[in-house]
Amino acid sequence: MASDHTSTHDGTPVSDIDVSALLAGMAEELRSIIRTGQQEVAMVGIRTGGVWVAEQLHAALDLATSLGALNINFYRDDFTRIGMHPQVTPSVLPFEVEGRHIVLVDDVLYTGRTIRAALNELFDYGRPARVTLAALVERNGRDLPIQADVSGMRITLEAKQQIKLSGPTPLALALSTRL
Amino acid sequence: MTVAPESTNLQLDQNGRLRHFLDINGLTRELLTGILDTAEGFAGLHERAVKKAPLLRGKTIINLFFEPSTRTRTTFELAAMRLSADVLNIDVQVSSTTKGESLLDTLRNLEAMHCDMFVVRHGSSGAAHFIARHVAPGVSVINGGDGRHAHPTQALLDMFTIRRYKGAFENLSVAIVGDISHSRVARSQIAALKLLGAREVRAVGPATLLPGALPQMGVNVYTDLDDGLRDVDVVIMLRLQRERMSGPVLPSSNEYFQVWGLTEERLARAHPEAIVMHPGPLNRGVEISSEVADSKRSVILEQVSFGIAVRMAVMSMVLGRGPEAQDAD
Repeated sequence: MASDHTSTHDGTPVSDIDVSALLAGMAEELRSIIRTGQQEVAMVGIRTGGVWVAEQLHAALDLATSLGALNINFYRDDFTRIGMHPQVTPSVLPFEVEGRHIVLVDDVLYTGRTIRAALNELFDYGRPARVTLAALVERNGRDLPIQADVSGMRITLEAKQQIKLSGPTPLALALSTRL
Repeated sequence: MTVAPESTNLQLDQNGRLRHFLDINGLTRELLTGILDTAEGFAGLHERAVKKAPLLRGKTIINLFFEPSTRTRTTFELAAMRLSADVLNIDVQVSSTTKGESLLDTLRNLEAMHCDMFVVRHGSSGAAHFIARHVAPGVSVINGGDGRHAHPTQALLDMFTIRRYKGAFENLSVAIVGDISHSRVARSQIAALKLLGAREVRAVGPATLLPGALPQMGVNVYTDLDDGLRDVDVVIMLRLQRERMSGPVLPSSNEYFQVWGLTEERLARAHPEAIVMHPGPLNRGVEISSEVADSKRSVILEQVSFGIAVRMAVMSMVLGRGPEAQDAD
């Protein structure tokens, strides 16, 4: 574990990380995964940060189908604890999910609960042939057996620390500590 | 008919979240806008393969209807089902109350079945408030229409419809036409329009069907249909509620239509882009002509569809406010 929690393992401060370089690496990896598949590919970002990341990857991969966006508000497992938040940007999936290879994109993979909710919602639209998970940042602290197929970077943080993506332009990462 | 101050607070918890949904009065503009925003998220749900969200999985909702209703009950039922709740419809007219059971005894029995929410429609004003005051702490009540008093979910779905077609309320002039004195829908609509900041709210109808308190509510009163419709952006027609009338307040239905029925010719006085709404059920040839009801400017069926999304929003906001909600944020 890094001793200085404002920086990554190689000592780069989180705020100095070049997000576009991470995205370029992810696009490269995704390209080779997509190439091996038989099914038509569609990409879905999880609102809000995941959509920003997905927009970049979608453009880099030059996918034929329009980008989708999921708002997992109705599928959260903490609904009865923290209640309903008004949401003005509902889910939009401008393609058939049935039989497609879906690339699901989020900004930070942490507990895995968001991805669980996103998978449940995705399946309410249809039965995808395959789902690949891409996350810009993979951090420790999983509560569920979920992992990314492609990630821009990995980081080990303490439970009270939070890594957040700001955007959409420019995309930048920042570390904060909950009191 | 005024609501006692305690009962307006009855519907909020100590954090200002919806505990029951009984009346537009007592709510804030932020809360109303929050419900409309939430409904916006539910409005696209029917386009998916699975028309359901799992939010209220494991909750039990009882539709307790002491008055007949098709539209309201069905849309409440569909809303609950689309939120994955279990729903039970109880038509009390053909049930225990006819065997002499009191309202509170009926309530206690239903509570013993461990339900989480009652949707109540009743012919007496204040019935939903009464039930809300007596339910167990974990149980919520939604008013599906009480007497002449309030029908808040109908008013909200009307606001949702107006916002969808017309955008901001600040620039809008809205005419509510017809039998206002017997209409719980009109009362709730006026409260909601005022709260959301509509530029002008007009009540248009025969003097015998207009309550006296309208000017104090900030409503402009018109006793001539042509004047009342001039340049309005939204026309809301009300059903003539013969079943609630006592004494000779009106001529025949035919005569009513001649003077108060909305026809294409009369609608021409409104803004060229004006929309026409009606809470249903329609009395064609009484308050509205078939020509207008079926025209492009009529959004009457859209109101019904939006009603499901709005009721989903209210149900999920009321039930998604668990005991731990107070510690969050």
